[in-house]
Amino acid sequence: MRRLDFLKSPDAYTRRIGPLDKIVLTSRVRLARNLESFPFPGHAKKAERAKALEILLPAVSALELMKGGANEGMGKLTAMEKQILVERHLISREHAARGVGSAVVLSEDEVVSVMINEEDHLRMQVILPGLQVREAWARIDGFDSELEHAVPYAFSSKYGFLTACPTNLGTGIRVSAMLHLPGLVLAEHINQVITSVNKLGLAVRGLYGEGTEALGNVFQVSNQMTLGESEEEIVEKLNKVVLQIVENEENARQKVLETNPKILLNHIGRAYGILAHAHSISSKETKNLLSLLRLGVDLGLLPADHRALVDELFIVTEPAHIQRRSEGKKSAEERDVLRADLLRERLAVVDRPGEKFAADEDASPPDRREN
Amino acid sequence: MLCNVCEKNEAKVHLTQMVEGKIRKVDLCETCAKDKGIDDPTGFSLTDVLTGMESVQKAEGPAIETGSQVECTFCGYTQSEFKKSGRLGCSQCYDVFEEGLEQVFKTMHRGVRHTGKVPEKLRSSKALYDRSRELQTRLDVAIGEENFEEAAVLRDELKEVRGEIDQLETTERGGDETT
Repeated sequence: MRRLDFLKSPDAYTRRIGPLDKIVLTSRVRLARNLESFPFPGHAKKAERAKALEILLPAVSALELMKGGANEGMGKLTAMEKQILVERHLISREHAARGVGSAVVLSEDEVVSVMINEEDHLRMQVILPGLQVREAWARIDGFDSELEHAVPYAFSSKYGFLTACPTNLGTGIRVSAMLHLPGLVLAEHINQVITSVNKLGLAVRGLYGEGTEALGNVFQVSNQMTLGESEEEIVEKLNKVVLQIVENEENARQKVLETNPKILLNHIGRAYGILAHAHSISSKETKNLLSLLRLGVDLGLLPADHRALVDELFIVTEPAHIQRRSEGKKSAEERDVLRADLLRERLAVVDRPGEKFAADEDASPPDRREN
Repeated sequence: MLCNVCEKNEAKVHLTQMVEGKIRKVDLCETCAKDKGIDDPTGFSLTDVLTGMESVQKAEGPAIETGSQVECTFCGYTQSEFKKSGRLGCSQCYDVFEEGLEQVFKTMHRGVRHTGKVPEKLRSSKALYDRSRELQTRLDVAIGEENFEEAAVLRDELKEVRGEIDQLETTERGGDETT
């Protein structure tokens, strides 16, 4: 199982489709669970952690949804391999910092992933493409119900599922959706949206969760409260809020398109120019420009079947993915060169965006024209 | 819940002890707790700690820091460790530090009681909880309407249900701690 041979290739990954996936990249539901009569991993002694792992690993791997899946001890993975799992959103950055005594279990399709001995004994998640928070909850709920017969959970009738951090107490649920919002960013409405979402008790974070930057105009919306509300209530609320944000994003795109199409053409054209012709490019710049290219696909400036390519490039241009393609450890500067090489090569088949759009623009009704 | 020592006052301090491999719970009122040399766990605000607004109030007295501080007898976790990390040591810690914790929950969650999924084998206690909540609501309404006769009946019923819940929780805890 060395070198993560069990992982799917990124293109298989990004060809998955889901409802509203123009704007909602993925939906995720994660549950935190702990074993009764074992200290939480953060406070456990090495032997206690090992014992908990010994109980959990076979129990999790034996579940129906894990058939044909894979598992690996964190102590056996290299730093680069762990980082690849982070870049695929299969483990948290915190889990990547762990070694012997912790493990990851993945279902064959990588939809279900379970971290053993992260902050809690179990962190299990289902990720699905597009807006599918209800479906994701249904799947992880079933998974959890099956597992509860095999291992004794720490549960109190008063406080629900007991977790290492009181912020996860009760349902232990974190429902989140990854949203691509270039329209709201360009229209400078994003801060208003974030503020009103926060007021509803939901958090808005960057691409890799807590404390990360919103690179590539990607924002993660998730619930913060886990006690005093049922899972269904939390899921429904998030679903509703996401639908509203999607509507706002669509309106923002439409508005920019109507009032100032040249701004969009300029941004997208420049993004294409740099991505397709650079000889050195950072991962941060790459993400921000790929975001514009994705917007170009959404607006019909680029053929629709290029969306999967753009999404794939989002993943394969991440630092560990670039590192993985080459022999020997590369410095950040060397990776920037390799990244640019990869982008030039992959974008060679993509025509310059905007030609078709410019023609469309001439054909559009006069009342939608600025001048 | 009454104090195990004087059996008169309501228990406010809850200690969990590990004796010969078995969990023992002791519930004390504040007076008896002080007599036994157990510090008041509400002496400092856990809320402030977790919301990152730690109030610098050393004037209250350093006794909390130096005295015999509340410790989870199951995993040895102390309140000062919780103060530092914002995490608890084990599931028993929720009992041991309960007093201060409910305040913390209030600031971070919608409610202080679980209303979501319950593992299948514990569904019976969930039903009791639902019933106690319903009785409480009806009791509040009855009192509001000054319907004291009905209120008295509801209060007795509620007391009974809560007793059953307490019993269930003690056996749940005690029964499963065999290892």
